[in-house]
Amino acid sequence: MDKKITIKSIVAIGIGAALFFVVGRFIAIPIFANTTANLQYGILSVFSIIFGPLVGALAGFIGHTLIDLSWGGPWWSWIIASAVFGVLVGLVKKKIDIENGKFGKKEIITFNVAQVIAHAICWIVIASALDVIIYKEAISKLVGQSLIAFAANSVTTAIVGTLLLLAYAKTRTKAGSLQKED
Amino acid sequence: MSATLSYIKKKSPVHGLTGSTKFIFFLVWSLAAMITYDTRVLVAMFLMGVAFFKMSKLTWKDVRFAVLFMVWLIVVNLVALFLFAPEQGVEIYGTRTEIVHLFWRYSIIAEEMFYLFNFTLKYLAVIPVALLFILATDPSEFAASLNKIGVSYKVGYSVAIALRYIPDVQRDFREISQAQQARGIDLSKKDKLTARLKNSAAILFPLVLSSLDRIEVISNAMELRGFGKKKKRTWIVERPFKKADYTAILTAVCMMIVSLGCIWLNGGRFWNPFI
Repeated sequence: MDKKITIKSIVAIGIGAALFFVVGRFIAIPIFANTTANLQYGILSVFSIIFGPLVGALAGFIGHTLIDLSWGGPWWSWIIASAVFGVLVGLVKKKIDIENGKFGKKEIITFNVAQVIAHAICWIVIASALDVIIYKEAISKLVGQSLIAFAANSVTTAIVGTLLLLAYAKTRTKAGSLQKED
Repeated sequence: MSATLSYIKKKSPVHGLTGSTKFIFFLVWSLAAMITYDTRVLVAMFLMGVAFFKMSKLTWKDVRFAVLFMVWLIVVNLVALFLFAPEQGVEIYGTRTEIVHLFWRYSIIAEEMFYLFNFTLKYLAVIPVALLFILATDPSEFAASLNKIGVSYKVGYSVAIALRYIPDVQRDFREISQAQQARGIDLSKKDKLTARLKNSAAILFPLVLSSLDRIEVISNAMELRGFGKKKKRTWIVERPFKKADYTAILTAVCMMIVSLGCIWLNGGRFWNPFI
């Protein structure tokens, strides 16, 4: 892992984590009691698509740990879920050629299917399983909690992530965008 | 913004420990609290944590907001746990000692109350140590300490970059959001939820795009300076371990052993006073 990690990835992890922290900590849109729309997952998914799974994982892990520490106590089960989310979305990086400005209907669907599946795995499976193992929380409570987190996070990621990727794709030069004049 | 915890410089035995020591201590300590559910161990950990906190010369005022927020989170969690599964404690401890019946399926059961008490303790055991780690560790020492416990220095550097650029990103965010607010884009409660989500995207665009530019600039600068050419690197803030560092790490490891030992003694993670 160490050899493959490029300078750009290192910086992307750091800046991604900083963004994740700032957005997660200071832009909170309350939906209802104790649950806020987590815009940071939209950003994390963008980083995963642009830079790949490793950057997504570490940016999510570091960013989420920093958020939790700034409140006073790390909640490891959810931190790990954030890291896994970064990895899972990063897995479809190869299918989306964002660097060449391609982000059409097909890519939007690929991205959103990937992020919804990733959110489902992270919150419903991983976060809950870890909460049961670490905190012995009751499963019925976790089902409610994780379904809310899953729904809220996938909707915000769908909106924020898709819009951000569309905007980013527009800043890239498309391959073959130059045409020879007659 | 004042609610965010950050490093407070002081002269105390805790501040004198190296960053690596505090990091290792924090990791081992939170792991020990994570695995056990033994009331006696958790109470001991909490009391020790408070004692360490006293040693650090930090004051209640420094942490009041964070602690109150954590207490609020714990209370919300406790209420949710009780509402969703009022018999969880019965399931864990195997007996049912009803004290008062409330209504429908809810009653105050000794086992459930004991479970919730332990759940709270699990947080209380970690909070003082976590607060110490945040408030008494110089962030610039953090990358060095990650490297010392075996994390690749490149990843350590990522963490250092994150800590270094959080204030910058925060400033960007504030400027952009004020500029957008001047154009009538609002994030406050006055707007509808869907409108707010859309509006937040208008703030996130410039923020993310400028951050992506920043990645370009920083990685070019690091590339030009030959970052990552060698397998090892040195850290200007790295300090050698002293006697106090070894004592601190030994304490955390002892706690870990006690926590594991109790699991072995109790034949499980729970200490059951009901049998």
